[in-house]
Amino acid sequence: MIIIGAGVIGASIARVLSKYENLEIHLVEMEPDAGWGASRANTAIIHGGYDDDPQKYPMRARLCVRGAKLWRRWVRELDIPANFSGILVLAFTEEEIEELHKLRERGLKNGVPGLRILQDRDVLQTLEPNLNDNVRAALWAPVGGVINSIEAVIALVENAVDNGVMTHFNTRVLSVKTSCSEVVGVETSRGFIEADVVINAAGLYADEISKSAGADEFTIRPRIGEYYIFDEDAGPKVTRVLFPVPTPVTKGVAVIKTTEGNLMIGPTARDLSPSEKEEWGTSEKGLEVVWKEARRLVKALPPLNKAIKTFAGLRPEPPHGDFILKSYEEPYGFINAAGMRSPGLTSAPAVAYEVVRIMKEELGIELEEKHQWNPFRRGIKRFSKATNRERAELIQEDPDYGVIVCKHRLVTKAEVIEAMKRIRSIGAEITVRGIKYRTWAGMGRCQGAFCILQLIRLIAEFEGIALWSVKLTKRGSEVGIGDIYTLV
Amino acid sequence: MIEVKKLTCIVCPVGCKIEVMLDNNRIIEIKGNMCLRGAEYAKSEVLNPVRPFFAVIKVKNGELPVVSVKSNKPIPKECIRKMIKELSRVKLKAPIKAGEVVVKRLECLDVDLIATRTIEERSSHLSSKP
Amino acid sequence: MRKVYADTVVIGGGAAGLAAAIKLKDLSVNKVILVDDRERLGGILPQCIHTGFGVHYSKRDLTGPEFAEELSSFVLDRGVDVFLNSYALELRYVDYYEKSVIVASRKGLIDVRTRTVIVATGARERTVYEIGIFGDRPAGVYTAGMVQALMDLYGVMPGKEVVIVGSGDVGLIVARRLAMQGATVKAVIEVKPWPGGLIRNIVQCLEDFGIPLLLSHAVRRIVGHERVERVIVTKVDDKLSPIPNTEFEIKCDTVVIAAGLKPEVQLLERAGALIDPVTGGPVVNEYLETSLPGVFVAGNALVINDLVDTVAEQGETAAEGAVLFMNDKLIAKYYLRVICGSNVRFIVPQVLMGLKEEITLYGRVIMPMRRAVIRIPELMLSMQQAMITPAEIFKVNISERKISKVVKLHKLTINVLESR
Repeated sequence: MIIIGAGVIGASIARVLSKYENLEIHLVEMEPDAGWGASRANTAIIHGGYDDDPQKYPMRARLCVRGAKLWRRWVRELDIPANFSGILVLAFTEEEIEELHKLRERGLKNGVPGLRILQDRDVLQTLEPNLNDNVRAALWAPVGGVINSIEAVIALVENAVDNGVMTHFNTRVLSVKTSCSEVVGVETSRGFIEADVVINAAGLYADEISKSAGADEFTIRPRIGEYYIFDEDAGPKVTRVLFPVPTPVTKGVAVIKTTEGNLMIGPTARDLSPSEKEEWGTSEKGLEVVWKEARRLVKALPPLNKAIKTFAGLRPEPPHGDFILKSYEEPYGFINAAGMRSPGLTSAPAVAYEVVRIMKEELGIELEEKHQWNPFRRGIKRFSKATNRERAELIQEDPDYGVIVCKHRLVTKAEVIEAMKRIRSIGAEITVRGIKYRTWAGMGRCQGAFCILQLIRLIAEFEGIALWSVKLTKRGSEVGIGDIYTLV
Repeated sequence: MIEVKKLTCIVCPVGCKIEVMLDNNRIIEIKGNMCLRGAEYAKSEVLNPVRPFFAVIKVKNGELPVVSVKSNKPIPKECIRKMIKELSRVKLKAPIKAGEVVVKRLECLDVDLIATRTIEERSSHLSSKP
Repeated sequence: MRKVYADTVVIGGGAAGLAAAIKLKDLSVNKVILVDDRERLGGILPQCIHTGFGVHYSKRDLTGPEFAEELSSFVLDRGVDVFLNSYALELRYVDYYEKSVIVASRKGLIDVRTRTVIVATGARERTVYEIGIFGDRPAGVYTAGMVQALMDLYGVMPGKEVVIVGSGDVGLIVARRLAMQGATVKAVIEVKPWPGGLIRNIVQCLEDFGIPLLLSHAVRRIVGHERVERVIVTKVDDKLSPIPNTEFEIKCDTVVIAAGLKPEVQLLERAGALIDPVTGGPVVNEYLETSLPGVFVAGNALVINDLVDTVAEQGETAAEGAVLFMNDKLIAKYYLRVICGSNVRFIVPQVLMGLKEEITLYGRVIMPMRRAVIRIPELMLSMQQAMITPAEIFKVNISERKISKVVKLHKLTINVLESR
């Protein structure tokens, strides 16, 4: 069977399916590495589950709550950095306080535990010292928090591969092939892969895949969200995840502290046309809105000159707002796991189990659990997160832990080498971005001005390729165009 | 034939805009300079503009892939392009010591190129091939 | 953790740190440890293959790598303990007579206990994000220092059609190297109405190679998917704001950000030293001692310099201060603030304490001025300068005797005015 897309959805499905016997699972991804679609540029929040109206968006409502619960176990099993700090939805007016009550009711209906409306200023202040003085009340959702979304995808893929899943990176699915109304495989940029079951987790491109299979025809619109990230030393930060009262369109601009300790604000929500799925650029207006909206929620933001990076993410917006998660009579064997807009990340584990249910109940596939399935995966040991004693031990085990490659995030050579080995072990291509995502090198205030060169040297040596040909991201993103006399 | 060449003086931060009038490559007049040093500079810039030359040359088997070099004396400004073209064909072998003359009498210009950096032979410290 | 003892620890083995270490040994300091996180000494010098280094220090006109090698050999000859591939994780002020520097290396973590510290950690480059450029983030966007290292250390040609953002010396020098190696440098874009670098570099880097300099322009957006495809440029007004309807495109595959440097002061900040928000470096006295007694700073970590001779000079001043400190001779007589007056962006040192007979103030103006006068009213001091530009740090030498007479005024104001 084939899973198209190694983002958080595809990787979650791969992990869960790897529990079952006799499934030859191929995870097919068009990029050189995992998680480079919507999964790499989002707010990385584990949502509460009160935002999704069970009437209008039954899938979202059900899977978000279930997913949030599953993540608690998954982050422990897979060693994914996460901080379940809780979410505060902030109300500034009477109407907004009414909204909070509605949200709470909806949350109760959806089965979200622990929701409370707080109006006592002292309590609110204790929960969140950087709360704006104009906040009148808040919905407190202790179940929510933040996760390292890109590390989550990487962890999922590593675990899936460990449990037998095969990967195909740099492989673009061109179309799903059917015969006699049954799925027979996929045509890719690297040849044909046979399969009886094809699961479409292709994110922004899921509509094209579904259409090629002759299943549902729908249009995925890219929805762009812009963000600011601040210097790890810059404050004031926040303790909880802060949201305004949501609108029908979007949850609004959030203020969070990432798992790496940086303050982050965003996103906006602007729909682009379906032809703009490659347009990941920031805009002056978008960033202005982010700043203005975030400012409302807190007492203070750090000064703008402490922002170390701005970026934008694209979410795959389905036509009617709910996930497209189903199988079809024709073509038999094709399952859509598409339109995973917010709360896609939160729902991912639950989406994976839903796919299992669909396979069993709707496709009639018998699934038998393996006797030997490894639920555990350890992340790369991080020098930056270790105590000095632990650091001394790390260096003793591996002296390359004593060589600092990225000074702002304290990433060592040992971690970079480990990252390269791990990229290889999942069958992906080694790129500078892949190492950045696995080690956090280059994610500090200098944005890699010092260390990117060291990463490039290490990659060139590891792969035995010329320095200039090392890729930053995908093909066409090589560091240089040749050696220094190339143009002469 | 009379021609006027314009240039910016670099001798001090004022950066006077100097005009030099020439008649068949002989200087007739210099104006725009605030001091004598500027006039001297303008003269040499117009009649025989030279520049210090520095670049890198490819190195085989060294700890770094290129070695930085400098010319032992300034070269005519117009020759820079040709020099680079010549150097594109050169590949040196490590080890190289700073101060060593690595290319002699380049391009019949009576100029030597001297290494400005020491490059040891490469020692591989990362085993990696799959 | 293993403890090691020293008299002075110098953090950073670039020009400032090397000059400081040499001076410390020349002043007979017993145990000097120099810590650097690279594989070889020299800091940024090895990638600056052009000449202009050591003119005052060595009385020769050397290239960066040669100057680095010369200073390194002086350091090693004098018996300085050099720790390479070693990173100072933390600086802690233990008490007046002891500081702790935690250093990580392949051998493990060491706690270096020392009487004095000289921080010479240099600077970092401003990023594309810090200068308000929107749009995509494709490959091909590099800082000038990265391009310099790519080309002249690693022999890589970064691109073929280049736009350079910022006209400071680093950007101009990189423009020249790119043009020499066959790239088409389409423009150097400078937001201010005057160039950021020295005239010599405008002539020898831009004019020599026919590279256009666009003053009062700014790059607004970068466009490109995997690789840079073009930049969108606008004109700006005298407040540096984009003028509407003046946008145009420049097709290119490489954008070099040469928008300035910022002192690397993480260690000092986290140790609690007072930082000057204008310079980005620490507040210091005339011996370049920070607000942490016995902790000194020199070079680009103190303030962004233009000439390596000034950097070396600062290293030596810090070393002299450290030696006086260790001999209990660094005793403040007064506390005088140095204030930035008219057309002065910053002055270092910011505080004078009557410690040194001859004091050097380093400053930078905001805008260029011809026939300028540097005036310090409290001292009734006036110094003429034919031309003063933001591209070059200006120096003012004053004798402490003069200052001690006006201590009751509590401050010195440095002004740069246009003389009539």
